[in-house]
Amino acid sequence: MSQLALKGVTVNVPTDDGVKTLLDNVNLTLNSGDFVSVVGTNGAGKSTLFNTIAGNLPVAAGSIMLGGHDITTFSPEKRARYIARVFQDPKMGTAPRMTVAENLALASHRGQPLRFKLRRLNAQKPDFLTLTKQTGNGLDAALDRETASLSGGQRQALSLLMASLNQPDLLLLDEHTAALDPHTSAAIMQLTATMMTERHLTGLMITHHMADALAYGNRLLVLDHGQIVADYDAQQKARLQREDLLAYFA
Amino acid sequence: MTLGVSAIGQGLLYGLLGIGLFLTFRILDFPDMTVEGTFPFGAAVAVSAITHGINPVLATLLAMLAGMLAGAVTGLLSTVGRMPVLLAGILVMTALFSINLRVMGRANLSLLNQPNLFKSLTNTLVSADFSSVLIGFVAVGLVVALLMLFLNTQRGQAFIAAGDNPTMAQSLGINPKRQQVLGLMLGNGLIGLSGALVAQSNGYADVNMGIGVIVIGLAAIIIGEVAFGNLTLSQRLVAVVLGSIIYRFILLVVLALGFSPDDLKLVSAVVLAIAIMVPQFDAQLKLRRVLKKGVQS
Repeated sequence: MSQLALKGVTVNVPTDDGVKTLLDNVNLTLNSGDFVSVVGTNGAGKSTLFNTIAGNLPVAAGSIMLGGHDITTFSPEKRARYIARVFQDPKMGTAPRMTVAENLALASHRGQPLRFKLRRLNAQKPDFLTLTKQTGNGLDAALDRETASLSGGQRQALSLLMASLNQPDLLLLDEHTAALDPHTSAAIMQLTATMMTERHLTGLMITHHMADALAYGNRLLVLDHGQIVADYDAQQKARLQREDLLAYFA
Repeated sequence: MTLGVSAIGQGLLYGLLGIGLFLTFRILDFPDMTVEGTFPFGAAVAVSAITHGINPVLATLLAMLAGMLAGAVTGLLSTVGRMPVLLAGILVMTALFSINLRVMGRANLSLLNQPNLFKSLTNTLVSADFSSVLIGFVAVGLVVALLMLFLNTQRGQAFIAAGDNPTMAQSLGINPKRQQVLGLMLGNGLIGLSGALVAQSNGYADVNMGIGVIVIGLAAIIIGEVAFGNLTLSQRLVAVVLGSIIYRFILLVVLALGFSPDDLKLVSAVVLAIAIMVPQFDAQLKLRRVLKKGVQS
């Protein structure tokens, strides 16, 4: 069974001149464990695709199925039970005035009903320590620090850990290394790849780094004018060159 | 001595206002103007209920509920009506002026010859000055303890996260709009409670008693922050109450210096402005010292 299935998804937004179509009859199927890179020019519809899947934009036509559930009409909060997201800006994915451990504790309840139950932060800390150690960037020593005091790389690593907790049905990586320096970006990409494989996650990753799009994942999509104009499987992707992809941006 | 005790009592009663404002201003990160309508609304409901023969304890709880209702209206105007929260607060505050007149039937309603929380305590246990300290202490203690408990629950953590980063909160399944309404209800409930207690302490409710209370609440928050520095969230709730008491003592000093009570609103604004500027100047001074040291070395 497919993990994610978009059928004829169309997204329109009102403009001064009438209606603009941001996604045009998009059909996309992801199997469980797929790690798919998404590339395209600015305005091609990549972020719109993510916002539509996450429920931040309503669909004008079509349907979205995830893990056997029809989530087309679900609110973003309800979809959070199935979908986790890492944003481009490291500041977007964490609560700055809460500590690293508090952020992780919140994420450990992602999508679940909120209760008047006391948090068990101290009981969870040993697990969080193990979890944060794998980032290798000192996050484990900062469990009790406010996330506002972390570096961009540490915050993005934390966002990634938070998103991957509770085994989401779908992980959306929205240019999650774009705001980082090359060294940190490479480290975060390596952490992403490890987590995707070890936890057998299904994910979509928007990136403007052609090298990352080619190096990571088992599939590659190219978006243009709100449509999927190319869909390369693992074998085709292995033969692709950076120049082949750049041709879509000409 | 009496003036000092009175300042502590008033500081505690207004401390509830500070805590109510803290929930929206510091945790949810937006200014709530409803405050200036909710404070007299709580006073009007409590005093009016008492004059209609309702038990003062019940009347005080009714005032708290009235405050929560006002907060809910601001929240719904902002979330469902998609109105900027500042404007929603101003609208509700304005509407509450007329509602307060309706509730009281006039601009000023006295509790003369009527029972109230403070009187019943004065008759049985303590002197008039100490009654506001005792009631204020019990009310603040209960509110702070319950809020500390709430903020340490899963719901409380979600509430904090929604104010800290609404986008992240939504991505974790927390509805930031619901948290905003919840915060406005809780905050204004406490402000209604503060209004009810202050009115009973003063012996009357007045339709104009809300003018400038947002400055008093902000002063309590900011003086608490300046005086006690970096604290945990739970400790900050206590700091707001202490800030409110310090503010009352500042007003005492100002009056002792010969200022007229008519100048108090001006003084309040000046005190708040100074309290806001102190950390900025302090940071600049520290930066200058560091730079100077760097140049010298």
